[in-house]
Amino acid sequence: MSPSLTIILVGSCVAAACALVGTFLVLRQMALLGDAISHAVLPGIVIAFLMTGERAPLPMVLGAGALGVLTVFLVEAFHRTRRLKEDASIGVVFPALFSLGVVLITKYAGQVDLDLDCVLYGEIAYAPLDLLFFQEQSIGPKALWVNGAVLLANLLFVSLLYKELKLTTFDTGLAAALGFSPIVLHYVLMSMVSVTVVGAFESVGAILVVAMLVVPPATAYLLTDRLLVMLAGAVGCGVLSSVFGYWLAYWLDASIAGAMATVSGILFAIAFVASPRYGLLARLVRQRQLGRDMAEQLLLLHLQSGGTPQSVEQLAQRFSWRRQRLEAVIARVGNRGWVQRTNGSVAITPLGERAVEERGVAPLRHQEATA
Amino acid sequence: MSSVSEPQVAAESSPAEVVPAIEVHDLTVAYWTQPVLWDVDLTLPEGKLIAIVGPNGAGKSTLLRSILGLVQPITGWVEIFGKPYEKRRSWVGYVPQRESVDWDFPTSALDVVTMGLYGSLGWLRRPGKKERATALSCLDKVGIAHLAGRQISQLSGGQQQRVFLARALAQDARLYLMDEPFAGVDATTERAILALLQELRATGRTVVAVHHDLQTVAEYFDHVVLLNMRLVADGPIATTFTDENLQRTYGGRLTVLSQAAESLLRAESGAPKLDV
Amino acid sequence: MFELSFTARTVLAGATLLGIVGGALGSFALLRRQSLLGDALAHAALPGVCLGYFLTGSKSPLPLFLGALAAGIVGSLTILAIVRYTRLKEDTAIGIVLSVFFGVGIVLLTHIQKLPSGNQSGLDKFLFGQAATLMPRDVNAMAVLGGVVLVLVLLFFKELRVLAFDPDFGASLGFPMRRLEVFLTTLLVTVVVVGLQTVGVVLIVATLITPAAAARQWTERLGVMVLLSAAIGGFSGAAGAVISAGWARLPTGPVIVLVASAILLVSLLFAPQRGLLWAWLRERAVARRIRRENLLKDLYRWGEQAGDRWQEPVSPPLVMGFRGQTRNQLAGVARRLDRQGLVHWDDAGIRLTGEGLERARSIVRKHRLWELYLTRRLDLREDHVHRDAEAMEHALSDANADRLDALLGYPEADPHGRVIPRPATTSPRVA
Repeated sequence: MSPSLTIILVGSCVAAACALVGTFLVLRQMALLGDAISHAVLPGIVIAFLMTGERAPLPMVLGAGALGVLTVFLVEAFHRTRRLKEDASIGVVFPALFSLGVVLITKYAGQVDLDLDCVLYGEIAYAPLDLLFFQEQSIGPKALWVNGAVLLANLLFVSLLYKELKLTTFDTGLAAALGFSPIVLHYVLMSMVSVTVVGAFESVGAILVVAMLVVPPATAYLLTDRLLVMLAGAVGCGVLSSVFGYWLAYWLDASIAGAMATVSGILFAIAFVASPRYGLLARLVRQRQLGRDMAEQLLLLHLQSGGTPQSVEQLAQRFSWRRQRLEAVIARVGNRGWVQRTNGSVAITPLGERAVEERGVAPLRHQEATA
Repeated sequence: MSSVSEPQVAAESSPAEVVPAIEVHDLTVAYWTQPVLWDVDLTLPEGKLIAIVGPNGAGKSTLLRSILGLVQPITGWVEIFGKPYEKRRSWVGYVPQRESVDWDFPTSALDVVTMGLYGSLGWLRRPGKKERATALSCLDKVGIAHLAGRQISQLSGGQQQRVFLARALAQDARLYLMDEPFAGVDATTERAILALLQELRATGRTVVAVHHDLQTVAEYFDHVVLLNMRLVADGPIATTFTDENLQRTYGGRLTVLSQAAESLLRAESGAPKLDV
Repeated sequence: MFELSFTARTVLAGATLLGIVGGALGSFALLRRQSLLGDALAHAALPGVCLGYFLTGSKSPLPLFLGALAAGIVGSLTILAIVRYTRLKEDTAIGIVLSVFFGVGIVLLTHIQKLPSGNQSGLDKFLFGQAATLMPRDVNAMAVLGGVVLVLVLLFFKELRVLAFDPDFGASLGFPMRRLEVFLTTLLVTVVVVGLQTVGVVLIVATLITPAAAARQWTERLGVMVLLSAAIGGFSGAAGAVISAGWARLPTGPVIVLVASAILLVSLLFAPQRGLLWAWLRERAVARRIRRENLLKDLYRWGEQAGDRWQEPVSPPLVMGFRGQTRNQLAGVARRLDRQGLVHWDDAGIRLTGEGLERARSIVRKHRLWELYLTRRLDLREDHVHRDAEAMEHALSDANADRLDALLGYPEADPHGRVIPRPATTSPRVA
């Protein structure tokens, strides 16, 4: 396997695994809990290191998983005492745990083979070199095995508990009533996030794993309303980020993980601006259209209830619109033959009166309101 | 409760010409693409207790907020005593909904009331002894001067509402805008607030309050504004607060317009939809 | 106290300064529920720092500061735009800005490092901060910036208070709240930039939030909170600098954060009003009183069933059966009551003393009056009222019990037909 392919594959596994659990973090408005976990697992990893003396995947997953659950528990415990708000609980818990991890690393630098910078942005570039051996035989890059396994676990987790996750995400009350414990599922989900984070930690580091957890699901959420499509879209965005991220990093001779996060950000920006339904452009167009419709209806209504033709001056004063805008509104309804303009005064035509009724503005006038 | 002092501004407008307290012209407000208020035309007289009544989502709070200039309307404008809000700021006191702030904020009742004087202090000047004394007298007017030093989370819901009222009194305004002043208060506080409103009226002040309890509208207020996205009716209680008007306010929910608005809302809202 | 080297003194000054400014400003971020905005701003500053270096090629503070400031402001505006124009919530928006900006920053950083000139840039020290690289001129720059921030906070304290407590009200008073918000964000970015070299991008949030969260526990006044938070921040900074200088190899930033976190933990547990320990002790005291009152009541009811022989001794195993208590549990409660002279416990068993009987009557009276009140006034069914009365008997004051008694017209029996006892000390009936 070529090194580039290995790196892209590892990146894709990380991104896909993160996207699967990240989707639920975004929908449950817990994105920052994911951020907190991704920092707080550091001491867990270090302690596992110190206890086993090597980079064994299983103890690391256990250590980090425990710290992840501890983080969630601490954040909620502080929050529940009502002495701290939720954002503050997150903001005090994860720096403390992360600091503990950093202190442990520096204290035991001899025993812990972790580079501090890589804690932040990973060392995915070395993934092809760190091979896993089975009976003295190389069976491929370790990172690929680890993250592949995590991806498989997440796939299994999401497909087995799809119904329960969906229910607890959208309707906690109903889920509880039906006998699914939202709390148990919450902790299971958080454990999966922790495990995913540990797998990704070595490859992309503590902060860029947040990009993989949050950004592709957020992008997908701007594109679809269906949960299944959102999951698939998030995975797709993640994989795209990893592929193009690798190219970008190669081109700039820069950090691969950083480039992956950058590309995911670019994909998000595209969706943010151009999503057909929830994008900024679509929204502005709709807003503008609605503004126009409203203005036209207000003008027609005013002319109709006033009865007599009104001068443009009067209208301008009445509506406090800029003159230019008023002229444009008059021109638009005039083109449709709804108003007649003569010598600077405007009157509604019979066609316009019919339009008022048909377009459903009649209820605006309380005299005709339906009972 | 001691009496409220005479308004200092009363003499300014000439007696010959009666300027209404609030004039709302063709006001249309939308949050994004969702219309909230449609073409509201409204004139509210001075010196009355005025209730704004309507179902949930009828735009009651939005109307108050537009009068205060907190919401930018799509069309229309508002005048307060014949001038735009910016010119009349010092004439207006505001009582927001109690839930709109975090009551666990580290501050005392007196500090909150002192905030009512920040407007007249302007930038950089700090409240001093004089401001503190004024704030204390306002707390006294709502009957909780003894709680001045109490942290605000240790007050009951009714007491918190009184703190907000005292803050508005500190503004010494001519027109008071209140968002649900009676919501979630105990019976004693409700009576106290009512007495306060009546005193305000007796000294020529105008009070416009969003009110949710239809049972007490006729008893508490002189004037009513019935609102359901558009203005349904407004006027004195006797002629306006009729069964027919109420039916039109609350009964005719699914007008063509609100249907259109709701379908827009469905298309726009961030409410997650399930694929079942 | 050991002698500090020149470098260590520089670090000490820088860390203390940062702690003071961060603590003061963090109070406002905490109260506005924007604790994690500081985190996002810090991460967003990284690409700005890199761009500043990239464009000017110098590591002097000004271009880096301007770059960080610009990036921080762009980051905060992006968060606002995402929340305003999409259906994503603030947490996701913060997560996006934080991680993507940081990713861009890492790309720039690694790119610069591979440039021939970039190797000595030392920009990577901004990730974790490296206080040891602080030079006196850095500390001077920090002092100037920090001083400006503190003066501005002092000058606009009143406006910031309104912004944090009730921005709508502030707007109705005519203060431009939007601009004040941008102003506060700019101050936060300034602190972030001041702190980059000392504690680094990742941990700055803790220098803002942790001291403020600790200070909040000790006071109910905003002014005091800001001062205290600055003091806690300054102390954490100083202590962190000293500890990391004393024990070689420990990085300053994380130690500062750990000191501040320890102070927070102490504050959460032991602060006079809000301390969790006191709350827990209060709760335990109430729980104990309830257990004692329950024992008195149980003895009374046992005597009642035995034909009003209230002061007969009852054997401990029997009493244990009333509430499924273990022997130890019962012994704890009964011994305390014995010491108070309310029960007498000897070989024959446990029995109420005269005084204990009075107390028991008072409790039973409250229970039965409440049951009667619920059935009569609130029309609840008789079999639904016991549980509620179990709680009220411990909560109702004597004065309110007297009022309830009068309200119900001094009834003889409860809804189940049992006699309502009245202690001799109860205020006499008024006709």
